[in-house]
Amino acid sequence: MGGARLVLIYLAKRLGMMAPLLIGITFISFLVMHLAPGSPTDVMTDLNPKVSDLARERLTKLYGLDQPLHVQYWSWLKRLAVLDFGQSFAPDGRPVLDKIAERLPITVSINVLSLILVLIIALPIGVYSATHKGSLFDQATTLFVFLGFASPTFWLALLAMILFGVHLGWLPISGIKGLNHDQLPFWGQMLDYARHLLLPVLLSALTSLAGLSRYMRANMLEVIRQDYITTARAKGLSERVVIYRHALRNALMPVITILGLSVPGLIGGSVIFESIFAIPGLGKLFFEAVMSRDYPLVMGGLVISAALTLVGNLLADLGYALADPRVRAA
Amino acid sequence: MAAPAAGGGLSLFWEALAANRLALLGLAVVAALVLVAALAPWLAPFDPNAINVQAILLPPSWNHPFGTDELGRDVFSRMIHGSRVSLQVGLVSAGLATLVGVALGAVAGYYGGWVEAAIMRFTDMMLCFPTFFLILAVIALLEPNILNIMAVIGLTSWMGVARLVRAEFLTLKEREFVVAVKSLGAGDARIIFRHVLPNAMAPVLVALTLGVAGAILTESGLSFLGLGVQPPEPSWGNILSQGKDNIEIAWWLSLFPGLAILVTVLGYNLLGEGIRDALDPRLR
Repeated sequence: MGGARLVLIYLAKRLGMMAPLLIGITFISFLVMHLAPGSPTDVMTDLNPKVSDLARERLTKLYGLDQPLHVQYWSWLKRLAVLDFGQSFAPDGRPVLDKIAERLPITVSINVLSLILVLIIALPIGVYSATHKGSLFDQATTLFVFLGFASPTFWLALLAMILFGVHLGWLPISGIKGLNHDQLPFWGQMLDYARHLLLPVLLSALTSLAGLSRYMRANMLEVIRQDYITTARAKGLSERVVIYRHALRNALMPVITILGLSVPGLIGGSVIFESIFAIPGLGKLFFEAVMSRDYPLVMGGLVISAALTLVGNLLADLGYALADPRVRAA
Repeated sequence: MAAPAAGGGLSLFWEALAANRLALLGLAVVAALVLVAALAPWLAPFDPNAINVQAILLPPSWNHPFGTDELGRDVFSRMIHGSRVSLQVGLVSAGLATLVGVALGAVAGYYGGWVEAAIMRFTDMMLCFPTFFLILAVIALLEPNILNIMAVIGLTSWMGVARLVRAEFLTLKEREFVVAVKSLGAGDARIIFRHVLPNAMAPVLVALTLGVAGAILTESGLSFLGLGVQPPEPSWGNILSQGKDNIEIAWWLSLFPGLAILVTVLGYNLLGEGIRDALDPRLR
C-alpha cells in the first residue's frame, strides 16, 4: 500500500476518535456554566435596577433558562451541530461565532509568531545543553529559561512596558496598531503592527522557552544513549554527523507532538497578555465574557478553544505520521 | 513480600541530588520559604493589616525594609504573612491535583478495559481545554476565595499526573513481584497501595513539586485579574497586583512581591528537575 493511502486511513481513524471527544467537550463546557449558582439574568438586572421581575421572567423565557438542564443542553447541542453558537448576552447581541471569529486571528498570529521564536531559540539550547551536559552553558541556560518560566507574566510585562514604553519611549504600550495606522502605506502598516506586537510576542516566548528547551534536552539525552548512536560512532563517523544527522532527527520527532499539546496553554495564557497590552484577542474577549456572565459567549469560547486544541493535536499527529513510517502502520 | 525499594537507592538519590548545584539551590529556597511561613507571626515586625496614615508609600528603609503601601501598611510584614497564603495555595492545589491524578491513573492502569478507556478519554477531554479559561469561568461564577481557588486549580491540573501514573501502572503490573503477590492471593487494594504505587511515586513527586510552582503562578495571574485571593488577606499575587497601580511612584510595591514569586517558583522548579534527574538511573 502507498504511504499516502496509509496516512489517509490513519487520518480517518483519528477523525473518528475525535467525535466523542468533541461531544464530551461540549458537555463539560455546558456543565461548567450551569452548575454554578446564580443566573445570567442576575447580572443584566443588577446592572439595571429598573428591570422588573416581569422583565426578568421574559429574559429567562427568551433564553430558555426555565427549561430543565438536559433540555437546554440538547437544544444547545443541536444548534452547535450547525455551527450556531447563539447570540451574545452583551448589549450588541451579536452572534457568538462572529465575535470569536474576529478575535481569533489576532490571538493565533501572536501565538504562532511567539512559537516560531521559541522553536528558533529553544531547540539549539536543548541540543547544546544535552551534548554538553553539566557545562557552564548548560547550567546558565537552565537558569535562564527557568527564570523566564518562573516570572509572573503580568509582572514581567509591566516592567517591560515601563522600561521600553514609558522611560525609553521606544515602543507603544497598548493595542495592536497606532492612531495613524490607516494613513500609513502598506510597509508602514506592517512596521506599525510589528512595533505593537514586539513586546507581547517576545515576552510570551520568554515565558514558554523552558518547556520546549528542557524537553528537547531530555529527548537528546535519551537518544544519544541509544545503541544506533553507539553504532554510528563505532563506524568512525565524526561527532558532528552523529549528533546532527543521526541523533537530532530522532530527538526532534516528539517535539511535533508537544507543539500540538501546547495549544491550550498558549490560548489560556493569552488572557493575561491581552489584558495588559490591551490587545483585542480571544483571551480578552473570554475574560470580559466571564466577568459579565455572557453564557453563550463563555460556552462558545470554551468549545471553540478546545476544538482548536483537537485540531492542533490532529495536525501534530498527522505531521508525525508523515515523518515516521512506523506510526502509519500502527 | 516487600516492593523492591532499598536503602541503597535512597542514599544514591541523595548523592545524585547533592551533586546538582541548581537542585540544591532550589532545595534551599524551598526550605527557607517553609521556615518563613512557619515562623511568620514571629518574623514579621508589624501587623500585616495595620493601617498607618502617617506612613503612606514610604520607600524602603531600616524600619520598613520593603517600604509601605498606599495604606501605610508594612510591605515586609505583609509579604511574610503572604508567604503562608501563597504556600498554602501552592501545596493544597498541587496536593489535590496529585491525589486526583494518582487515583484516576492507578485505577485506569490497574484495571484496564472500559474503566481505563473511560478515564483516559475524560483525561483527554480535560486536556483539550485551556486550563486558565476553565479556572477563570468557574472562579468568576463562584466566588474568588482561597478555598475555591485551591479547589479549582487542583481539579483542573491533575491530567498530567493521571497519565504518568497510568503508564507506570501498565508496566509495573506485569512485573514479577506484582504477579507473585497476586498469586499469593493479595487483594486489589493491597496490590495497588502496598506494591505498585510506592514504585510509581518517583515521577509523581516530580509532578507535585512542579505543580506547587504552577499553582503559585496561577494564583498571581488570577490576582492580576482581580479573581485571586481577596485583599486585605495578603497573598504575593494580590500584593503585586495592588502594587501595579502605583508602579510609577512606588516601585517597591511591585518589585519585592514579583521577586518573591519568581524566586519561589524558580526554587520549586529547580528542585523538581533535580529530583527527576537524581531518580533517573540512566542519567547517573
